[in-house]
This record gives sequence, C-alpha cells and structure tokens, in this order.
Amino acid sequence: MTPRVYVVRTGLANLASVLAGFRRAGAEPIVTQSPEDIAGATHVVLPGVGAFGAAMENLERHGLLPVLRERLELNRPTMAVCLGLQLLFETSAETPGVRGLGFVPGGARQLPSSVRVPQLGWNQIGTESGCRFLRGGYAYFANSFCIDTPPPGWKCGTVEHGIRLVACMERGNLLACQFHPELSGTYGLELLKRWLETKEENSQC
Amino acid sequence: MLTNRVIPCLDCRDGRVVKGVRFQGLRDAGDPVELAAAYEAQGADELVLLDVSATPEGRGTAVETVRRVREKLSIPLTVGGGVRTAENARALLEAGADKVGVNTAAVENPEVIREIATNFGSQCAVVALDAARKEDGSPGWEVVTHSGTRRTGKDAVEWARVVVEYGAGEILLTSWDRDGTRSGYDLELLRAVSEAVNVPVIASGGAANPQHLLEALKAGADAVLAASIFHDAEYTVGDIKKFLAEGGASIRL
Repeated sequence: MTPRVYVVRTGLANLASVLAGFRRAGAEPIVTQSPEDIAGATHVVLPGVGAFGAAMENLERHGLLPVLRERLELNRPTMAVCLGLQLLFETSAETPGVRGLGFVPGGARQLPSSVRVPQLGWNQIGTESGCRFLRGGYAYFANSFCIDTPPPGWKCGTVEHGIRLVACMERGNLLACQFHPELSGTYGLELLKRWLETKEENSQC
Repeated sequence: MLTNRVIPCLDCRDGRVVKGVRFQGLRDAGDPVELAAAYEAQGADELVLLDVSATPEGRGTAVETVRRVREKLSIPLTVGGGVRTAENARALLEAGADKVGVNTAAVENPEVIREIATNFGSQCAVVALDAARKEDGSPGWEVVTHSGTRRTGKDAVEWARVVVEYGAGEILLTSWDRDGTRSGYDLELLRAVSEAVNVPVIASGGAANPQHLLEALKAGADAVLAASIFHDAEYTVGDIKKFLAEGGASIRL
C-alpha cells in the first residue's frame, strides 16, 4: 500500500521539491495545515523554509503547535527538514525572542563568516554507529543557521562548514535533517524510503 | 567539507533545450527532462534551467518544463530568465524550482531581490550577474543586461556587494566577453567578485574543457556552470568531476 505522508505547509519555497521527492520514494504526499490531519496521520513531515520566526508564527496561527508537540512526545513517525530541524529546538539567533517547538534543548546559531554563507552545496556527513535511518554520505545543504551541538539522547550525523554542525539526528521514529533529502539524489531517496518503512506500532521505545 | 559543484545549464525555449552562441543561431539540443535525468545520473551536483523564450507564451511553457523536470530530478534546480517580480519567482518555486535567478529586473529594481529573499529565503535568491570589461579600456567590469546588449555603467564588483546587501544568497557570474568563446572563464573577474562577497559564486561563460573549470575553482569560484561542453557530449559530468578531483578540487564523487 502506498503510504500517505502529510506535509505541513510552513511556507512556500521548495514545497514542490519535497512533494516530488516523496512521490519518487513511493509515497503519496498531501499538503496540510489541519491539526486533525496531523493528529491522524501515520507519517508527518515538517519542512521548513524562510525564517524561524515566520515559520513558528505560521504554525501557531493554524493551531498546529499542540498536535506537533504531541506527535513528538509520543514518538510517532515525524520528519523535520532543513529549518524544520531548527524548529524542534528552543530558540534561533535568526529570530531572537521567538520560541521554537522546544522539544529539544538548545538553539540555532549563525554559520561563521569565515566560510561562504549560506552553505549551498554537497557536504560529506559522518554518522555515529548504530543509526536506524542515518548513513554517511554526501547530502545537499542550503542553510545560513545551524545547530552546533549534538543534542543528548539523539543519534547524530555531522558535517564541517567553518564549524562542526548537526547535519541530521534521529531518535526512535523521529528524524530531522538540516540537509535536503529531496535534493540529495539517491542518498536522500534511500533515507526517505527507510523512514517511510517506519511503522506506527513501533512507536514506543 | 563543502564540495565544489559542477552545474550543467539547460537553455530552454518552448519546452526544448537549445544551444547557440549568445543565443544567436539556436539549435535544438534535446528534451529537458531527458537531459536533466542524464546529467543527474552522470553526477551533476545541481542544474540551472535558463528560460531563453522570447515571448510570454514561451514563459508559460517554462513553468511547465520546470514541473516536468522536477518530477524526475532529485538534485537542486535553479531557474532563471525573465524573472521580473516576486510573483514570477513564486510561480517557478511552486512548479518545483529550488532557487530563482534574477538578472535584468534586479538591475532595474533591486527591491525585487529583497522581496524574493524576504518571502522565500535568501538561499533561493540567486542574482545572475552579467559582466563585461569596460568599453573605454579602464580597469574593471560593468554590468550588462538584456542578453549582453545593454551596458549599464554599473561597476560589476560593487554591484555584487549591493545585491548581497539586498539579500542575494548566491551569485551566478557570467563573463559576457567570454560567453560562447570557448576561451575559458574570466578568472580576474571571478577572483574580484568572490573576494568581494561572502555568498557562493558560480562561474559561467567561456568553458570549453575540464582545465577551464579547474582554473575557475582555483580562482575562487564555489561552483562551475557550463552548457555546450556537456550538450556536445565531449565530456560527461563524471569525466569532468574526476578530472577536477585529481586536480585537487573538493568534489563529490
């Protein structure tokens, strides 16, 4: 059966690429801003574009914060992409004063000015051993802000761009990528497929 | 470590890829979806699709072409050519572009860069900067528009700094003196612009062989764009990336 994936509309840019990526991975992606969809879905994707503050405002306006937090707390299959990863944290230097989902302690910082910003291109990820979804390899990044400290309790992959930064992190059925799996060729496609195979009943861990 | 990108460019008109020197004497070079898939399979890091349609009807087909390419393509896609407003940018992003390039419109009204960066993020606001050496023989380059036919008198290096202040997240730098000449990129121009700004710079215009691409990366370009050397099948993207890696560039193989 084709798995249905509900993709939260957090903004506009790049949504078409995310949808096409999930179709190539064999899923049926559906764009939503409805709390009921997010509460009922087996798989939810939180893509992120634009600024941290604008994205949080958008989620709040549509009443999506409680259902998203609940999914994360219950370890239901949820994937965050690019800015989506940063939204899981408490704060971002991009929009001081605005709180994120606050599911993971810490906050996003700006990339150092000693390197090209935004980071645009393919960087090589090294992962911890024992990851369920994550693998080492090249993935495509497009970011000016980042998480520089792997959060405790999560298995992480990192890359170097002026500093060491979190490229991706997983815990249970939750997966978050700073890079764009939908733009990362075969590497990204395989990652989407591995995560799509996650079953809701394995949620408790 | 971030790798240097090799970017084939698809010049599209009426739903087909075309090639020609400075858009004169266009010849058909194939189907954009087939070419895009082939370049991705060869290891292209990203694609640029440049709409060279001359008419509004052609622009409509560009959106459709982007949609068709997106369904197949698993690497980033930048679309440029004729983008005049944030609304034009939105249509292309909704069709599946990841970044949009603005050129002439940005020169006439740089606010369009800010609008695109604010609405969709700096990471998708690419400014296509077309530069030519100053005609009076004085040092430096000036910005040219309308496919190189109009000189603006604006200093190209200064303009690069300005567009970054407006929110550009990347500069696609084309040397109009070199474009179509097969004599290599303008390395001095590349050096000057990549030192002036902190955003990534893509070198374009003049590449005829792998050595030219390597020279551009050594001069400070973060990425290299070329069209004819790939369309003519003189080299595959894979051949070129292998050459660049052997030459010491940081390359995803």
